[in-house]
Amino acid sequence: MSIGTTLKSSIGAKALMAVTGIILVLFVIGHMLGNLQVYLGADALNAYAAKLQSLGPLLWVIRLVLLGTFLAHIIAAIRVVKLNRAARPVAYHQQKDQATTFAARTMWVSGVLILLFAIYHVLHLTVGVVDPAGTYGALDSEGRHDVYGMVIAGFQHWPTTAIYTVAMVVLCLHVSHGASSMLQTLGLRRPGNASGFDKVGPALAIFLLIGNLSMPLSILAGLVG
Amino acid sequence: MKLTLHVWRQAGPQDRGRMEMLQVDGITSDMSFLEMLDKANEDLIHDGKEPVAFDHDCREGICGTCSMVIDGVAHGPQEGTTTCQLHMRAFKDGDSIHIEPFRSRAFPVIKDLVVDRGSFDRIIAAGGYVSVNTGSAQDANNLPVRKKDADMAMDAAACIGCGACVASCPNGSAMLFVAAKMGHLAHLPQGQAERKERALSMVAQMDAEGFGACSNHYECEAVCPKEIPATFIGSMNREFLKSSLCPDS
Ligand code: HEM
Ligand code: FES
Repeated sequence: MSIGTTLKSSIGAKALMAVTGIILVLFVIGHMLGNLQVYLGADALNAYAAKLQSLGPLLWVIRLVLLGTFLAHIIAAIRVVKLNRAARPVAYHQQKDQATTFAARTMWVSGVLILLFAIYHVLHLTVGVVDPAGTYGALDSEGRHDVYGMVIAGFQHWPTTAIYTVAMVVLCLHVSHGASSMLQTLGLRRPGNASGFDKVGPALAIFLLIGNLSMPLSILAGLVG
Repeated sequence: MKLTLHVWRQAGPQDRGRMEMLQVDGITSDMSFLEMLDKANEDLIHDGKEPVAFDHDCREGICGTCSMVIDGVAHGPQEGTTTCQLHMRAFKDGDSIHIEPFRSRAFPVIKDLVVDRGSFDRIIAAGGYVSVNTGSAQDANNLPVRKKDADMAMDAAACIGCGACVASCPNGSAMLFVAAKMGHLAHLPQGQAERKERALSMVAQMDAEGFGACSNHYECEAVCPKEIPATFIGSMNREFLKSSLCPDS
């Protein structure tokens, strides 16, 4: 009996999704809190970005761990979804859901959309390949990468803001089910805490939605920048 | 009452099967759902046709044999109720009722509404028991059980193994059943000796039978005729993860 036994089982596959899900959720929260510094102005945001860049090799370690986590989550998702489809080869003529939610039934779809968005997001703001505003690579007065200017110009372009808005709604759906679900998957949900735990996902999802969306929307509206 | 039934008809395991429409008249509100089907079958036999095969035994909600999906819900529209305890007062004259078998790869259809739930028996055989040495019975109060544990064990033991959890789960997962059987024994002193092996072997058998994984939709909890809470699935996950990751602790 070992980690091999665990991972081979259906419960283990879900546990892997839950553990990688926690790491991804923590990353998403941290990422948002860092970005909210856009409200503190150009200096704060550019200094924060420069500090991240100055981590050098450590930044690459963090990136690789995140990439590995993301891949493990996706591989486990493919396995679980295949297993679940195979378990009901003949569909019902009529089936009425009693308890589940839209978010729970569409985890697979929201997951794939998040993957596509993550690729686009990296191409847009990390490597600057997709750069409709043409501000990637500019420097600020102190010679730092001008992340602030890039973000402001980026979100003043409404199609970009529209894509980010849709993506954040999708992420909100995924986390609203996922962040509650993982507590049950890891065996932490008990009769005494179940109703509270079931609110963790929706609460976290709304927190992420408001925080993340406030930035592109207030920039588009001309309130910031 | 006069009703229109849309029933799944399948001559045998190899037949493709189809929905068939039947009219049934003379139904009263105090009949059970199974008595309504009995009446429909009497009419079919009278007309020289093959009656609808369905599973039933105790007809008092304790054996778990009756099994069908009624209007898209396992055991029909009434919460906490088996099909045999569902009464026709839950329907009204002129209703159309859809009746299908429990559907899962691990529950192959034998005929019409009858499915083979032998996979559940094999999960029990894999670990859903306690080994007892022979000899005279122990004193009744020899093994104290805390009230809290006794209550939890009783809640889990209410499972009648009907399979509605599997039928209602979008993933055809058997986790509520397995969790109830495991949770029942895990809360009692008699269940401790084989606790870890039980968790491993029951989950291994559940996977081998082709049941799906749990996505925490909680459809199972909503249709369970014994209203067993899905928190037992959380406990089972904990049992299994602990047993497989730290077998010696
Ligand atoms: C920032 C990105 C992501 C976060 C924060 C995240 C988070 C989570 C969490 C916390 C869960 C719950 C795990 C559990 O029930 O124990 C989950 C489930 C799931 N995730 Fe993700 N995920 C992300 C990306 C993805 C991607 C890219 C995919 C697929 C391409 C995906 C597919 C799924 C699926 C299918 C499930 C449901 C599995 C099931 O319960 O049957 N996720 N996710
Ligand atoms: S026939 Fe026994 S529970 Fe319904």
